[in-house]
Amino acid sequence: MTPLNRRDFVKVAGAVGATLLIPIQAGKGVRRDVEPGKTDDWFPSPYLEIAPSGQITVWVHKTEMGQGVRTSLPMLIAEELDADWKTIRIEQALAHSKYGSQGTGGSSSVRSSWKPLRKAGAQARQMLLAAAAAQLGVAKESLTTKDGVVIHPGSGKTVRYGALVAEAAKLPIPDDPPLKDPKEFRLLGRRVLRIDTPEKTDGSARFGLDTRVPGMLRAVVVRPPTFGAKLTSFDGAKASALLGVRKVFRMESGVAVVADTTWNAITGARAVVAEWDLGASVVTSSSNLEDQFREVTPGTGVVGKKEGDAPAALAKAAKRVEAIYQVPYLAHATMEPQNCAAHVTADQCEVWAPTQNSQAAQNVAAQVTGLPKESVIVHTTLLGGGFGRRLEQDYVKEAVQIAKDVGAPVQVVWTREDDMRHDFYRPTTFNRFKAGLDPQGNAVAWTHCIVGPSILAKRGALREGKDPSMVEGAANIPYAIPNLLVEFCQSDAPATLGFWRSVGSSQNAFVTEGFVDELAVAAGRDALEFRRSLLTNHPRHLAVLNLAAEKAGWGTPLPKGWGRGIAVAESFGSFVAEVAEVSVENWKPRVHRVVCVADCGQYANLDTLEAQLEGGIVFGLSAALHGAITLERGAVVQSNFHDYPVLRMNEMPKIEIHVVPSTEPPGGAGEPGVPPIAPAVANAIFAATGRRVRKLPIRQVS
Amino acid sequence: MTAFSLTINGAKRTVDVAPDTPLLWVLRDSLDMTGTKFGCGMAQCGACTVHLDGVATRSCVLPVSVVMGKKITTIEGLSADRSHALQKAWIAEDVPQCGYCQSGQLMSAAALLAKSPHPTDGEIDSAMAGNICRCGTYQRIRKAIHRAAQEG
Repeated sequence: MTPLNRRDFVKVAGAVGATLLIPIQAGKGVRRDVEPGKTDDWFPSPYLEIAPSGQITVWVHKTEMGQGVRTSLPMLIAEELDADWKTIRIEQALAHSKYGSQGTGGSSSVRSSWKPLRKAGAQARQMLLAAAAAQLGVAKESLTTKDGVVIHPGSGKTVRYGALVAEAAKLPIPDDPPLKDPKEFRLLGRRVLRIDTPEKTDGSARFGLDTRVPGMLRAVVVRPPTFGAKLTSFDGAKASALLGVRKVFRMESGVAVVADTTWNAITGARAVVAEWDLGASVVTSSSNLEDQFREVTPGTGVVGKKEGDAPAALAKAAKRVEAIYQVPYLAHATMEPQNCAAHVTADQCEVWAPTQNSQAAQNVAAQVTGLPKESVIVHTTLLGGGFGRRLEQDYVKEAVQIAKDVGAPVQVVWTREDDMRHDFYRPTTFNRFKAGLDPQGNAVAWTHCIVGPSILAKRGALREGKDPSMVEGAANIPYAIPNLLVEFCQSDAPATLGFWRSVGSSQNAFVTEGFVDELAVAAGRDALEFRRSLLTNHPRHLAVLNLAAEKAGWGTPLPKGWGRGIAVAESFGSFVAEVAEVSVENWKPRVHRVVCVADCGQYANLDTLEAQLEGGIVFGLSAALHGAITLERGAVVQSNFHDYPVLRMNEMPKIEIHVVPSTEPPGGAGEPGVPPIAPAVANAIFAATGRRVRKLPIRQVS
Repeated sequence: MTAFSLTINGAKRTVDVAPDTPLLWVLRDSLDMTGTKFGCGMAQCGACTVHLDGVATRSCVLPVSVVMGKKITTIEGLSADRSHALQKAWIAEDVPQCGYCQSGQLMSAAALLAKSPHPTDGEIDSAMAGNICRCGTYQRIRKAIHRAAQEG
């Protein structure tokens, strides 16, 4: 395969890229008083509402957590509808089965909406055309549309969409409306300013914690100190006597302190004296967990991928390379700590949740209250970050439980310490690699044994006895190695586990791309050239790798003490290569520059895609350089940003994003930027110092 | 409970709270001014940044009892109509992702520009290092600060 032609890239980037920033801001304004069925407006689909005034409202069924769905999803509809973008408003949809899945994760929103939302726009357009044809007495085929107007070029007559609403609503919805050829796109693929940016510059954007309901109380929960600890007794007398405290009571997750204000609830919670049975997890600390993983025998796990006979090929190899790679638990540490507000009455439950899955929140609230799902109204607020943490519904359950008990609207607020110590963590893993090279330096065998706790086993959700998330990014390495064995050995540990931005690929790209680099060194070959030679069957990997190397100036001189590292990974249907430039001074690494080339298939909003890739790199850098959750006698050691540091402005490298044009189906945007950055940095440190980083985080090179 | 008289965004406000209540919670809960955010509660993340007599200050660790007589400015008071140079630059560069930290980022940046109208990258690093953004918008924040400095 030839690498991506650079001139093609520049040409297309010029056509839809930097020069064509669409300088308009879609109309903003969220109305909360209008619901389908209660207006003269036309709802050609659950996602779309057109008013007789011409006002177009897109009901955003996914959660906005920074990834831009409140702009990209309306773009899908507006494109096919030929709507005037300036007139588009958005409403956040309530949880409802009519929207299909509202779960927002796995970098899936644009991917899963690409066809249905375009179709919704196209259906409405066809109906508007038919209504206009009848009104004008002309053939439907003689009409065109642009910016919210039907045009009859023959006569020059025009009809606004709004004027057609009443008639269009009576027409049958076409099953299979034609969709545009991507070459005709006016919005999709361009840079469109986000609808939700202005409200995020003046404090008016409402996040979960900004929910205000008349008479709303606040609750803070005193939580178990270790995983699995049980409350044996508590003394709430002192707390109850404090200013503003209304109620102190035992509940499922600990002791709830309900007060009139957040501060009074926090103060009240601090005054609760709770006794706990710490449970079995007290025997576990991170240090002995490592010993536990080390004792697991390779060859005893669930096979994630098997090709050829890796052990036999290894035995015959001219040269063998072995290494152990380790990654820690990680917290999501969303900027907005977990929270949720709820109001439960005899026949209704209303929930205001910063959740990545409003339908799951609805189910949880229905279970807790015993109410039918139809009586549970879930308002999805803006999220102050999601990253997978808010796929869980623990904070929703808690809010509904407390509100039900109190009989008034209650907002449960997690402190940062609660959030850091009661997360659903990215699993820690211990990885044994063995690989073999033939006399010519070709890789002929690869065995990778992943040891650690399983996300899916922890929640009783194994798929046919397997946890695919633990081997993603490892079982699907793209390299043409004839004998391959990747296995996962489950080794249980107490911490709760969850889905952390890019999930298995977050750790597996680091370990595999680090070890591939070691193989290149053992073979006496350049890291880039070695990878290229093994990517014969993976043109999209190869194309991004080559372009990243070119953009980064692979092989050109760097200052003394600097190094360049490269890594490539596929995740969520996107292909991303990154090159990091790192200097090491007094054994401290500093990342100066990151070049990222991404093939994400077709995409909705180029500006948001770039922002997501950039954000993914920063998220991955925080983990690579700083992030570690450790256990001490069954408890999480870290509690806040002083001991769980994340990347700050003064450590920020220059990031250069290059999105390659593609006609492939849309890939993910939110997660694929994360996996390659840790190995790119680790490989750069090797290039700079000759020291191989096999354990994260890289606080200090040793 | 004690009554405190505060000057917030040029207006006199009176609240009746415990003296140790951090200004953050007075703003958010007593006055329903929710633009200032809670992130960490220990001056580590900067989401709660306000101006106290023009100085960027973390309101989550600032007891209300010590801010009487001082001029408090919150994100709601940065401008009446998103006309502050930084707000315009933030929109032009499409800086926010989730947006949660951006009130604090803007308040730190505004204090920086007031002191240093054309900041260097080094000055931006120092002034902004106290504000965490988990979405990773730092590059756009830097660009927007430079744009605001240029376009005033």
